[in-house]
Amino acid sequence: MIFLKLIVTNLRRHRIRSFISVAGIAFSVAAMLTVVTILQGAIGMFSGILSSDSEIIVFERNVSDLFFSNVPAAAAAQIAEWPMVQHADAVLFGIVSSAGHPIITCFGVTAADARIAKATWIAGDRATFAQHADDVVLGERAAEFMAANVGSFVPIGHATFHVIGILKTANGFEDGGVFMPLASAQSFFHKEGTSSVITIKLRYKDQAAEFKNMIKAQYPNLIGLEDAEFNRSYSQFRILKATAWAVGGCGLLLGGLGVANTMIMSVFTRIREIAILRVNGFSRLQIGGMIFGESALVSIFGAVAGLTVGTCFLFGLKLIPALHGYVDVTLQPLVMLIVIVLALLTGVAGALYPAAYAMRIRAVEALRFE
Amino acid sequence: MRVNEQEMGRGRVVLRAEDVWKSYDEGTITVLKGIAFEAIEGQTVALCGPSGCGKSTLLHLFGGLDAPDRGRVAVNGIEVNRHRNLLRLLRHEVGFVFQLHNLIPDLTLEENCLIPTVAAGTKHKTALDRLHQLADRTGLSHRLGHRIQKLSGGERQRTALCRALMNRPKILLADEPTGSLDEQTSATVFALLMDMVATEGVTLVMATHDRGLAERCDRLLEMHDGRIHEVQYAR
Repeated sequence: MIFLKLIVTNLRRHRIRSFISVAGIAFSVAAMLTVVTILQGAIGMFSGILSSDSEIIVFERNVSDLFFSNVPAAAAAQIAEWPMVQHADAVLFGIVSSAGHPIITCFGVTAADARIAKATWIAGDRATFAQHADDVVLGERAAEFMAANVGSFVPIGHATFHVIGILKTANGFEDGGVFMPLASAQSFFHKEGTSSVITIKLRYKDQAAEFKNMIKAQYPNLIGLEDAEFNRSYSQFRILKATAWAVGGCGLLLGGLGVANTMIMSVFTRIREIAILRVNGFSRLQIGGMIFGESALVSIFGAVAGLTVGTCFLFGLKLIPALHGYVDVTLQPLVMLIVIVLALLTGVAGALYPAAYAMRIRAVEALRFE
Repeated sequence: MRVNEQEMGRGRVVLRAEDVWKSYDEGTITVLKGIAFEAIEGQTVALCGPSGCGKSTLLHLFGGLDAPDRGRVAVNGIEVNRHRNLLRLLRHEVGFVFQLHNLIPDLTLEENCLIPTVAAGTKHKTALDRLHQLADRTGLSHRLGHRIQKLSGGERQRTALCRALMNRPKILLADEPTGSLDEQTSATVFALLMDMVATEGVTLVMATHDRGLAERCDRLLEMHDGRIHEVQYAR
């Protein structure tokens, strides 16, 4: 108890310094949590697009980005005929711009695609989709920022399209996107005869391995991956995840430097006090434990404050209409645990030098120190 | 100078220094020059001498806080600089009282006194019982919950005395324990120190400039130029 009191007393003795350290860790934790959660949410949404009513994605082997993938239409047609395939939907992804909106995701899909066939249509009739080449269906948010209704003509890229429907999805990318008939999209993006991916729904899920082997054997330039497999291996997702953790890690590094600075000051300003503890029988380990205890306490307070601030911030982002559907505030326990552990490790790392210094203090010299 | 047990009266030698040399600043300042010293159990010994004569250094050597350049220091028959467990020496065998009380200002009197028991891993209840016993005898019972800043100089030094005796050490090393107190308080604290030492059966080695206090100890050793020049039996 007295040991704990010694730890707390020293933090209370320099309240502002301790507060700044806690704030440093808190901001780092909040930043890491926010960046990781937003990016994981974005990845989740993107993979949600790909896995919509499907289990396997087929795309061009060795492409760094699905926007560069070219899957021949003939392959899509042939695969759709395989007995194990319930349905195969070719999807073409493209990025277009509109007035005031530099990036809009465009989906070239068939009328049978789940995004069209199973979506909630707020306006328009799904039966009219793909009847004319210049028809488009807008996601709810895209309709909102383009100020478009059914019947409107909207400029998209170098052309003007006729809005025939507005649909609502739970996915931010889709909600802010434009759906075109596949043929129109192929023409618009100069990708005639190809799609970006084919999303596959099998009749029986246990046929996945057999399906992938058939793809490998018959289309060496293509690869089929199950959704979970794709999420793990897709390089863009890996880059995004690594970036998120790296950004968060940099934040924690700065927080750790703050803790190190605080702990160094803490040790240097009470050399005599540490000497007194040594004279009264404190071992080097007990002295080190006291310093590490202080930094751990700073880290714990920082982590708790950071998690609170980060969570509130994420919920705040979710309330912003423009970001509707983009921010997935599903706090994953594993992410929170990793963030807390990293914060603690940062605190401990920040206390390494101060603790080593404190443990080396020679009582006899420190007692002469006035 | 060596004093044999017969001269000092019968008793077990608890502190011994043999031909102890100690210098600082890479040997340019030699503080102790072949010190020989013995103290027996329960004895009170005063070390007198001018500033810088080596009184504090000798106390530090006895407490294991420093090591001699040459010679041998033993506590309870075990050589200090080869002591297998210096922590045991500091936790259970010697207690220190300094001129400046060296208490932790943000802690209460009680918390300060409990520090040695925390270091030694003593059970909290046992430690509290001991503290209440010492606080009763030093007249500090009513001040246990007070922070050090709220205590007078005399109370602080009495607190330091309590803290030094918490783990029931057999040897008390006091470095100018009344040096920062006024005459009246100094006399009170010294009387209490001698009373506690007698009651607890502790061997006291005290460095002091105060000749009057020193003469009230069993022995008075005069230190000068790094040597013990005389041994005077005050009583």
